[in-house]
Amino acid sequence: MAPPPFRSLLVANRGEIACRTMRTAKRLGMRTIGVYSEPDARAPHVAMADEAICIGSAASADSYLRIDRLIDAIKKTGAEAVHPGYGFLSERAAFCEAVEAAGAAFVGPTAHAIRAMGDKIESKLLAQAAGVSTIPGVLAVMKTAEEAVAVANKVGYPVMLKASAGGGGKGMRIAYNDAEAASGFALSAAEAAASFGDDRIFVERYVEKPRHVEIQLIADTFGNTVYLPPRDCSIQRRNQKVVEEAPAPHLSEATVRAMGEEAVALAKAVGYRSAGTVEFLVDAQQRHYFLEMNTRLQVEHPVTEMVTGLDLVEVMLQVAARQPLPFAQADVLARGWSFECRVYAEDPLRGFLPSVGTLARYVPPDEAAVVAAAGCEGTVRVDDGVVEGGEISVHYDPMIAKLITHGASRDEARRLMLHALARYQIRGDGLRHNLNFLHTLLDHPRFARGEVTTAFIPEEFPDGYDGHVLTPSQKCELLACAAALELAAELRATAPAPPAPGASPASALLHAVDSVALSTNLWARLESEGAAAEQQLTVTLDPAVGVSAGSLLPPGMRLLVQGAPATARGSSAADPDGSAPTTAPPSAPASWSRLLTLSSTGLGPGGLFEARAQTLPLEEPKEGDGGHGHEESDPLAGGTALAVQVLERRTQGWLLSAFGTTYEVLTRAPRVAELSRHLKPPPRSLLDNALLSPMPGKLVSVAVSEGQVVFLGQALCVVEAMKMQNVLTARRDGVVRTLLAQPGAILSADQPIIVFDEARVEQPAA
Amino acid sequence: MLRLVIDRPRLARHALLPRSLCSLPPPPKTLAKAASVRARLEEAEVAAKLGGGEARIEAQHRKGKLTARERLTLLLDEGTFREYDKLKTHRCEDFDMGSNRPPGDGVVTGHGKIHGRTVFVFSQDFTVFGGSLGEAHAEKICKIMDKALAVGAPVIGLNDSGGARIQEGVGSLAGYAEVFQRNVDASGVVPQLSIIMGPCAGGAVYSPALTDFTVMVEHTSYMFVTGPDVVKTVTNEEVSAEALGGARTHTRTSGVAHLACPNDVAAMATTRQLMSYLPSSNRQPVPVLPTEDPISRADEALDRIVPADPNVPYDMGALVRRVLDERSFFELQPDYAKNILTGFGRVGGRTVGIVANQPQELAGCLDINAAVKAARFVRTCDAYGIPLLTFVDVPGFLPGTGQEHGGVIRHGAKLLYAYAEATVPKVTVITRKAYGGAYDVMASKHLRGDVNVAWPSAEIAVMGAKGAVEIIFRGKNVDENTATYETKFANPLVAAQRGFIDAVIAPRETRQLVWESLELLSDKRQERAWRKHGNIPL
Repeated sequence: MAPPPFRSLLVANRGEIACRTMRTAKRLGMRTIGVYSEPDARAPHVAMADEAICIGSAASADSYLRIDRLIDAIKKTGAEAVHPGYGFLSERAAFCEAVEAAGAAFVGPTAHAIRAMGDKIESKLLAQAAGVSTIPGVLAVMKTAEEAVAVANKVGYPVMLKASAGGGGKGMRIAYNDAEAASGFALSAAEAAASFGDDRIFVERYVEKPRHVEIQLIADTFGNTVYLPPRDCSIQRRNQKVVEEAPAPHLSEATVRAMGEEAVALAKAVGYRSAGTVEFLVDAQQRHYFLEMNTRLQVEHPVTEMVTGLDLVEVMLQVAARQPLPFAQADVLARGWSFECRVYAEDPLRGFLPSVGTLARYVPPDEAAVVAAAGCEGTVRVDDGVVEGGEISVHYDPMIAKLITHGASRDEARRLMLHALARYQIRGDGLRHNLNFLHTLLDHPRFARGEVTTAFIPEEFPDGYDGHVLTPSQKCELLACAAALELAAELRATAPAPPAPGASPASALLHAVDSVALSTNLWARLESEGAAAEQQLTVTLDPAVGVSAGSLLPPGMRLLVQGAPATARGSSAADPDGSAPTTAPPSAPASWSRLLTLSSTGLGPGGLFEARAQTLPLEEPKEGDGGHGHEESDPLAGGTALAVQVLERRTQGWLLSAFGTTYEVLTRAPRVAELSRHLKPPPRSLLDNALLSPMPGKLVSVAVSEGQVVFLGQALCVVEAMKMQNVLTARRDGVVRTLLAQPGAILSADQPIIVFDEARVEQPAA
Repeated sequence: MLRLVIDRPRLARHALLPRSLCSLPPPPKTLAKAASVRARLEEAEVAAKLGGGEARIEAQHRKGKLTARERLTLLLDEGTFREYDKLKTHRCEDFDMGSNRPPGDGVVTGHGKIHGRTVFVFSQDFTVFGGSLGEAHAEKICKIMDKALAVGAPVIGLNDSGGARIQEGVGSLAGYAEVFQRNVDASGVVPQLSIIMGPCAGGAVYSPALTDFTVMVEHTSYMFVTGPDVVKTVTNEEVSAEALGGARTHTRTSGVAHLACPNDVAAMATTRQLMSYLPSSNRQPVPVLPTEDPISRADEALDRIVPADPNVPYDMGALVRRVLDERSFFELQPDYAKNILTGFGRVGGRTVGIVANQPQELAGCLDINAAVKAARFVRTCDAYGIPLLTFVDVPGFLPGTGQEHGGVIRHGAKLLYAYAEATVPKVTVITRKAYGGAYDVMASKHLRGDVNVAWPSAEIAVMGAKGAVEIIFRGKNVDENTATYETKFANPLVAAQRGFIDAVIAPRETRQLVWESLELLSDKRQERAWRKHGNIPL
């Protein structure tokens, strides 16, 4: 093995990118040095590093952005090279200079290139000079609204007004006429001043229906620059990328070559070294316009790695060590297709509000299971920097992980991603994630066709996202899964029959299987759908496949679930927890059956129930299912691959997660369902809508005010008891009506602190 | 058993046949006689099944309550209920009671199975005389209690009763006392569960109070010794039945009940769930349920669950769940004395009773309510041979006049006594603070803990650094001396050197260690000197 480019590497970052960078460094035989802020002391990137240095407190400005402390760490540890990752100091020329002044190599471009590309106006001028196609526009700095209107007319509407030093969508306004141009100028200028301390604005043509396509390039210090296959990052929400892919769909070879060559020309013009990305907008006619150049390794670099087989961090280290690029343009491969999904801690059902909390459950998808379910060759890669029990905190980026798949074709890579998303287990108290939204995106027919633009999300979800919509067939499969779980749980509960000394749990189960009926009747329904959608199910266990040691429902076991709408007696009942009785919903299939062949089961939280669901002939003719939203069925393996996460066993039913979405399925014996119609909903009480102090203590602070809309999981106030500060959070969405206690007040247990208004409580869409 | 043999012949004639049956002259011909008996039997059966009649059943349903029989169909495995004394009637003649002798006398009794294991049940029928308890009604309950004790099976009572049947006078009171005596006789021999599904007032409350577990249904059940009317008369307090003795009150304020359920269906499901943890009697081992959760599962999240800062709370409930099978923790009294957690779980399929300080509440301090709650639970586990798993993070006893004047000495001693007295396997894990007397109390080695381990984050000392430095050094060189003290005591080393803990373990190994310890202790025997009974400071 060749000696490593450096003996030691300090990674001036945290989270997944720190871990990802260290993995490569370790593979190359380098000593890795991590840095961390106080709350990150137990973070995975610290555990992974051979050595780790604390560089300050939680706030980035006091830790990950402190150049002086990082330089101290470099000196103290004798790090030979520094990788900045992305974000934080990765595009600060001053940091690059300080690192080099400290005698270490900066794994990235030169300070000159960072400066040149960091300024939007300067970079555009440079690009134009290098022959890069740019958006028609005026680069002059403007002082007044009148000037802006005049310029806008010259460029031609629609125009985009943009802050010079801005990024990430801040300070951007789109104008379709003079009035909008004038108001947009004022707003952008104010916002730019507030955000960046720089109120320069410029105006350019706004490209409609644009796609965001970018060229990854890598350059060495000997003038060799190579561009890699294009990445399409069009799927964005508020200018933040959500899903990326490589290569870009429906892009002509000529366009790709033109973009690649222009990118290389620009890199050469600034004497670029290391990895960088030139971002373009591509319009419907495949005309491309230079956007900006990112002088760092980007979040979405893994999709490029998947299709090229390169390790970009490795190449960055090599060129930083002044080694020549180990390949030429002609050597660059583009094999298959790759997707990356950014898994965020946010709540898509509540306007994508950021979410924080402890990861009570965190299990990335198992590649073998995903590949088996998708029925095609492929790779699943998870770049993460979190672990179960870890915290997603308010201090840093809410990205939990990047989920990457690679397959032979775009469709295979997409199918792999859908199966991977369904198997990703993320759960925490109050912590929400966007797996549901990602699944819906990847499953969207327009996305499947590759017809992506940067307006995809606003166009397809104009009123926000309201969750995965189950097809009738998926509904049946979910109910079948719950029924199978219920039967297993029932068998288990009946198993404490006399286990012989040393008997395995399974032999106790066998005993139970012998003595208990092998078939059971249930009524089941999705909790959100009310009593009218109740189904009568019969679950039959196929005893031919015996119970093997160590598992309650072993792989290979088959269960037949037959369902039909519940009889009138039950379905017409006024169930207290269901909606008003109506006739059966039109989507409910008359009667159906699924034969489940299990590949894995789990009864408890964290269990993953995987099976092949085959539809037996006795099913009614097609119910207008359409196929959209349907997981791929593989005729060879027979049936649909079903992956349902078992989140919780409820007193009557199951909390399940499928298609990235959480569902509550009620399962109960027929007699329970029948008698439940007599139950009444609990009477309303004032205290239902109040936050009560859970303990005696002192109210330290209140984070909300009267009339404020609060969301589930939002911090409301802090109560100090026994010198411990307890943060009380909202248990559902609502509006603060009255604050009953002021900071400083001494509270008794159960004393109401805040009363919420019920009238305006937003019901999350079912 | 003896009582059964003596009682039955005396009661037989009256008990088996309703009044209408007894008073008619026998028909002349044998065949006709047989047919007539069959018809009358059928009539009585129908009457027994109907209880107080359609209108009252309807009224019961309107309140969101199920009938006595409906509840039993939900509680027991399908088709397993075997009824006793369906046709038994009362013998009261006063106040025109003689004209109304409904078969069954307002209570359905018998036995059945829950998850395949036998239980004895009684279910009071509010549609018959408001479920009131008379002599015959009490006899029926006593019969199944006697039988349960004889065969070693749990007793589950579904209470829905207006109280004593006043028309029967002292006979009713005698009935209550007969039940109380049996509650006490069965205590610690077979598990007794009381499910309060309607009114339970006056003397009637003392039967549930004597049993092991009390479950209440929210909004439709209440328990009190004297009702709102009497309270108003005597103290001028205006209070609703719900506020005085509803499920919320008894699960949050008084600690009388262990669990509250939103409705009858949930109450029956919860009772079945609770039963799955309990042995049938003190002669039987705890149930073992097959589990797919490997006992060797190392949980790395436990390594970071205790915050670095000792003044930052964390959720002990989450910690407990991570150790248990399928992360399933059946918590008892979750809303009462929240500074201590009690409840059941399983490790390797076998039931364990968990007691754990909760740093999220009062920093996990012990106080009067917490000590009483945990003491009762420890004794319950000890009585039924359920091993005790204790998690310790306790900074001490809660200070204050409220506590001292309330008798924290007397009540705290109950927990100390209960732990010291318990002979079931005792496994203790110190996760963080174990300070002062509270360290001793929480199943310490000195109270015959069988396996006592600590996590590296444990601090075992007489008190926290600050207080200690003020006493030892009279507040001199506070910072320096605090640092010295912390180095010496804010860790598990001293205790480990003395052998007061058996090992310092990595948190991730906790589940495996607990399981190994329970395996090791599964046949633990500990004898005590003969005595009539100990004298726990009640």
